[in-house]
Amino acid sequence: MMVKKKESTLINMVLVLFAITLAAGLSLGYVNDITLEPKAKARLAKKMKALNVVLPQYDNDPIRDWVMMKMPTVKDSVEIYPGYRDSVFAGAAVTGVSERGYSGLVKLMVGFEPDGQIKNISVLEQKETPGLGTKMKGDKFLRQFREKHPASFDLKVKKDGGEVDALAGATISTRAFSEATQQAYDAYIIFKEKNLKSDK
Amino acid sequence: MGSSGEMKQNFLKGIIKENPVFVMLLGMCPTLGVTSSAFNGLGMGLATLFVLLMSNIVVSLIKSQIPNKVRIPAFIVIIASFVTIVEMVLEAYIPFLYEQLGIFIPLIVVNCLILGRAESFASKNSLTASIVDALGMGMGFVIALTALGATREILGNGSIFEFRFVGEDANTLILFILPPGAFIALAYLAIVFNRVTQKVA
Amino acid sequence: MEYWVIFIGAVFVNNIVLSQFLGICPFLGVSNKISTSAGMSGAVLFVMTIATTVTYLLHTYILVPMGLDYLRTITFILVIAALVQMVEIILKKVSPPLYQALGVFLPLITTNCAVLGVAILALGMENGTLLKAVFFAFSSSVGFALALIVFASIREFLELADLPEGMKGVPINLLVAGLLSLAFLGFAGLV
Repeated sequence: MMVKKKESTLINMVLVLFAITLAAGLSLGYVNDITLEPKAKARLAKKMKALNVVLPQYDNDPIRDWVMMKMPTVKDSVEIYPGYRDSVFAGAAVTGVSERGYSGLVKLMVGFEPDGQIKNISVLEQKETPGLGTKMKGDKFLRQFREKHPASFDLKVKKDGGEVDALAGATISTRAFSEATQQAYDAYIIFKEKNLKSDK
Repeated sequence: MGSSGEMKQNFLKGIIKENPVFVMLLGMCPTLGVTSSAFNGLGMGLATLFVLLMSNIVVSLIKSQIPNKVRIPAFIVIIASFVTIVEMVLEAYIPFLYEQLGIFIPLIVVNCLILGRAESFASKNSLTASIVDALGMGMGFVIALTALGATREILGNGSIFEFRFVGEDANTLILFILPPGAFIALAYLAIVFNRVTQKVA
Repeated sequence: MEYWVIFIGAVFVNNIVLSQFLGICPFLGVSNKISTSAGMSGAVLFVMTIATTVTYLLHTYILVPMGLDYLRTITFILVIAALVQMVEIILKKVSPPLYQALGVFLPLITTNCAVLGVAILALGMENGTLLKAVFFAFSSSVGFALALIVFASIREFLELADLPEGMKGVPINLLVAGLLSLAFLGFAGLV
């Protein structure tokens, strides 16, 4: 089928490209506006889910009671979600971040018991290699961290002299994971010192 | 206007004779990159099908308005817009798939399949024919990716669509979930595909 | 020291073609001869490094501050397409012999997922700086060249091999690529 096309004059070319780009820009801006809220909701739902997996038993609203903390070595503020049971401090979920994953950011939610022992860890964000680094989300890998106390359990990969069993073929991902967990613990200690002196 | 027989041919060619993955070797990057599970393969296939369909429609609709010299940049803007829409929608509504497909979602824009169809078909054919072409090629792509994803998942993980049929710690052929496995699985699938279609054709 | 890690990572451990699956189309399509592979690799090196520089700057200083992060894909690909055109023109004027060698590959690079892929990956680097991003792009293109040229050398031998009919062409190429990928898997854990 022979199609009659517009002539390729300079003005036609510029106009058409401009029109198409304008239409594209507008539609994208529109879709962006619509999806902004669902995206935020999806992230929040994910956070709630992560909290429920890692926090010890609580009866407050950790999201409402959350605390933001600035740490010198970390770019974004650390988020701390304290859990209380009958108004007694029952542990907290702390975000741990490392930018040294193979593909960049690894963000965790680490749940600590009041004494600092790890209850569970949930992976919030990662872009690691599918099938390799992504296995950090799996139970098989996470198991080794539960009920360990960072003061006695060296949060470094075995290859670096620590006690963490690295993921097969994903040492960098594991390092980032361990680093993030350590950062969460450090933040948790500071949080406890600062905030729990007051409410006893 | 084409007869329904013509339309059927148009549709089927995308699945068999001109299957984008097995015959034309287009869109190889996502084919190998995200098919570590059947679900991922299917998800990627459908995302690509959507972009292909929408871009074919738009290109076919405005084909007479696009000066020849700027057709490639014009196609690229159109395709990139739909890819961005897919990106945003997935991040908002199917975050799990968004995470799994990762960097390959924006890479849909350089999937030679989509640009290829826009250039060689949609810019020269009617709207209906372009839609059928997109559906055919898209389905061919979906089938190829899902098949590869399923193969790799079954062999490498002992599951299909996350439904495990072996024990938790069973020794599966993990190789297939790793990069080499993608090449190897695709190689054998290509052999099977060629055998089967030779008999049918 | 860190640059060494980036280099080894991009070339061997996470080879852009053999582990990250970027740039497969040219990998399978252009690698039947060593000479074309070298040509394509040269063109990719050029475009990838320059493109990542531009896209990194664009992203960090324009898109993000204006909250237009979602326009990333579309602006990046347009930058790459425009860059390829410019490189072609400049190359023709500045170095005709180089243009003769690389020129025909340039248009193909626009749809090379490796270029766009690396540009996006460079954004996610830890403590990213422009220099690191550009170095990453450079290293990735070296990795691309390595994979392509090694593969091409094997393919040249493969032409002479006696294969079952069903395996000729696509299947055997994929299998060889798989074995090559397997070999590179041995580098895992190096960094």
